[in-house]
Amino acid sequence: MLDDFLNQFLPSTVGGLVIGSIYALVALGYTMVYGVLRLINFAHSEIFMIGTFASLVTLTAIAPSAPVTGFALIGMLLLLMLVSAAASSGAAVVLETVAYRPLRKKGATRLAALISAIGASLFLQELFALVVIPWLTGKPGRNQASAPRYVARDTLFKIGNADVRLDHVIVVIAAVLVMITLDRVVNKTRIGRGIRATAQDPEAAVLMGVSIDNVVRVTFLLGGAMAGVAGSLYIMEIENTSYFIGFVLGIKAFTAAVLGGIGNLRGALMGGVVLGLIENWGAIFLGSEWKDVIAFTVLVIVLMFRPTGILGESLQKARA
Amino acid sequence: MKGDEVTRESTPVKRGGRNAIVHSLDRARDWWEHAKVWQRYLVYIALVVGALILPAPAIGQFMTPGSDWTTVLIYPIGTYILLAVGLNVVVGQAGLLDLGFVAFFAIGGYSVAYYGVEHGWNYWVTVVWGIALAAVSGVILGAPTLRLRGDYLAIVTLGFGEIIRITANNTDEIGGARGIPGIPHPDLFGFKFKLDPAPYYYLMVAAIVLVIIFSVRLQKSRVGRAWAAIREDEDAAELMGVPTFKFKLLAFAIGAMIGGLAGGLYAGKAVFIEPNTFPFILSATILAAVVLGGSGNLPGVMLGAFLIGWLPERFRDLADYRILAFGAVLVLMMALRPEGLLPSRRRKAELHEGTGGMGTMGAEVPGPDTDVSTAEAAK
Repeated sequence: MLDDFLNQFLPSTVGGLVIGSIYALVALGYTMVYGVLRLINFAHSEIFMIGTFASLVTLTAIAPSAPVTGFALIGMLLLLMLVSAAASSGAAVVLETVAYRPLRKKGATRLAALISAIGASLFLQELFALVVIPWLTGKPGRNQASAPRYVARDTLFKIGNADVRLDHVIVVIAAVLVMITLDRVVNKTRIGRGIRATAQDPEAAVLMGVSIDNVVRVTFLLGGAMAGVAGSLYIMEIENTSYFIGFVLGIKAFTAAVLGGIGNLRGALMGGVVLGLIENWGAIFLGSEWKDVIAFTVLVIVLMFRPTGILGESLQKARA
Repeated sequence: MKGDEVTRESTPVKRGGRNAIVHSLDRARDWWEHAKVWQRYLVYIALVVGALILPAPAIGQFMTPGSDWTTVLIYPIGTYILLAVGLNVVVGQAGLLDLGFVAFFAIGGYSVAYYGVEHGWNYWVTVVWGIALAAVSGVILGAPTLRLRGDYLAIVTLGFGEIIRITANNTDEIGGARGIPGIPHPDLFGFKFKLDPAPYYYLMVAAIVLVIIFSVRLQKSRVGRAWAAIREDEDAAELMGVPTFKFKLLAFAIGAMIGGLAGGLYAGKAVFIEPNTFPFILSATILAAVVLGGSGNLPGVMLGAFLIGWLPERFRDLADYRILAFGAVLVLMMALRPEGLLPSRRRKAELHEGTGGMGTMGAEVPGPDTDVSTAEAAK
């Protein structure tokens, strides 16, 4: 058992970092919306799913015959991420307008908003299962869709017995760059200041001339863009998607957000990576079929002992 | 009902007759609240007679032309009603959002299947054992998590539901992904239940009636008032001396027991269960039933469960689209009538005041564009 663990420790760590980066990107959307609205945007997982499909469709249209390299690869990555981010943030803004804005205007309870979110989530999943995927694949029924490979699985270097491949490096670097950008936007720009102000005290923010509607829309837009980038990276790494992939990944990303301290942007990054590592290390002992159980158990334990997360909710400063 | 005096003064706001059906439902509720005892008993008797003759083929031909009506009455309709009444204790009465209710259904079902098949226990013993196990797991889940904020609780319960399903899927001892076939049928005083669905239907009706009586008695007791207090303002309830944690745990355990009972009855009829009998979507469906009907109000909840169980069976061609429709209906309901089709008046007032559901959202500042009718209704 211990031998197994030592043998698989480094490869699992690499895998954990990669999937953890994707969790972190999705977690940012949960964290930002929760910070501003105190709402678990249950349909955020479907925003991520839409991002995977945007990349998939673009990729299928380009149809690279062999893995791309060099500048073509960078251009292609940027294009796919942009397309996915645009699709996801568009979907997130529509979602906000249709499912949450009317409730907010009425001063509805958070319970009502959460149920509306679940409804929107189910609706989007089924829309893809019944309409979009059959249309894309040309086959009726609940299908999966596969994407062609465009990043070669070349080993760049080895750490111990772990192969670090090109696609691993791309996921981690892309995720970190996107997160730094988001951090800048939230902490340095005018609208970012509006977001932080609203998270702290909506009433005072309104009195100071912040447009709440605008802030909420931009929050959904930014969160959606992060989820879109995550979806694009997911398609590159996993090369397969379906209507249900958002569900479990969404819960894990939410776990990551809670783990790092919900409302805390840097916490989301850390939470994502920690969760990815824990579930991959745990899978060495228990087998990969227990991964989801490990993640959910982590969620319960974190909420029991430290409901404000590892880095804390840090309401005033980092709360987006 | 005690405590109704508080809200009785708030006459319903007339809102230009947005929906005639919904308004007639409101009127029916108002009539019921002021009905005399004999009138109520007449309705009870009519309902029991109605339930007894419901499986008649003549009714079935209209209700479900495409499938056997009695079977449909047991599953999904009866089972959904039972589950919805159970979830109503948690969501409607205590105001706790549980997204993993299917876990207790699964525990009840698996107890009957496992102890009946592997250990040859009597069916009724396994049902009671399943109820006990469900209650215990409700307490185990609730004890660490019920101190959490309402929306965290929702996610944790969702995780719990998935943990139970995946664990069943990964554990070969209880059949793993293949499930457990050959669950023995129940027998009662020498009468053997076989493949004919009718006896199961009457068993289901008996269970539903029992659970309803239990639930109504609870609601009108000290426990029910404590739940209402917790639902409306947990901090105030705690300050007034209500041991909120204990009562929340009790709500969880009772909801779980009803879920376990439903699972046991289901397994006895179904002969075969597998992990995928208990997906998350079933939790969401039952929640949709509770919310759609009017959470907190038993007739409403049962109406919701009936509609959600029956409509996909009635319109089988469109059954594929049922989850799509649920989703859209949930979003629409929350925007237009968050209190459900047939709410209790008290619950409706709570929702309009912004209590009774984890408080209001952040970034919510009443302004000139805030819906005025909500302010009126809150008076």
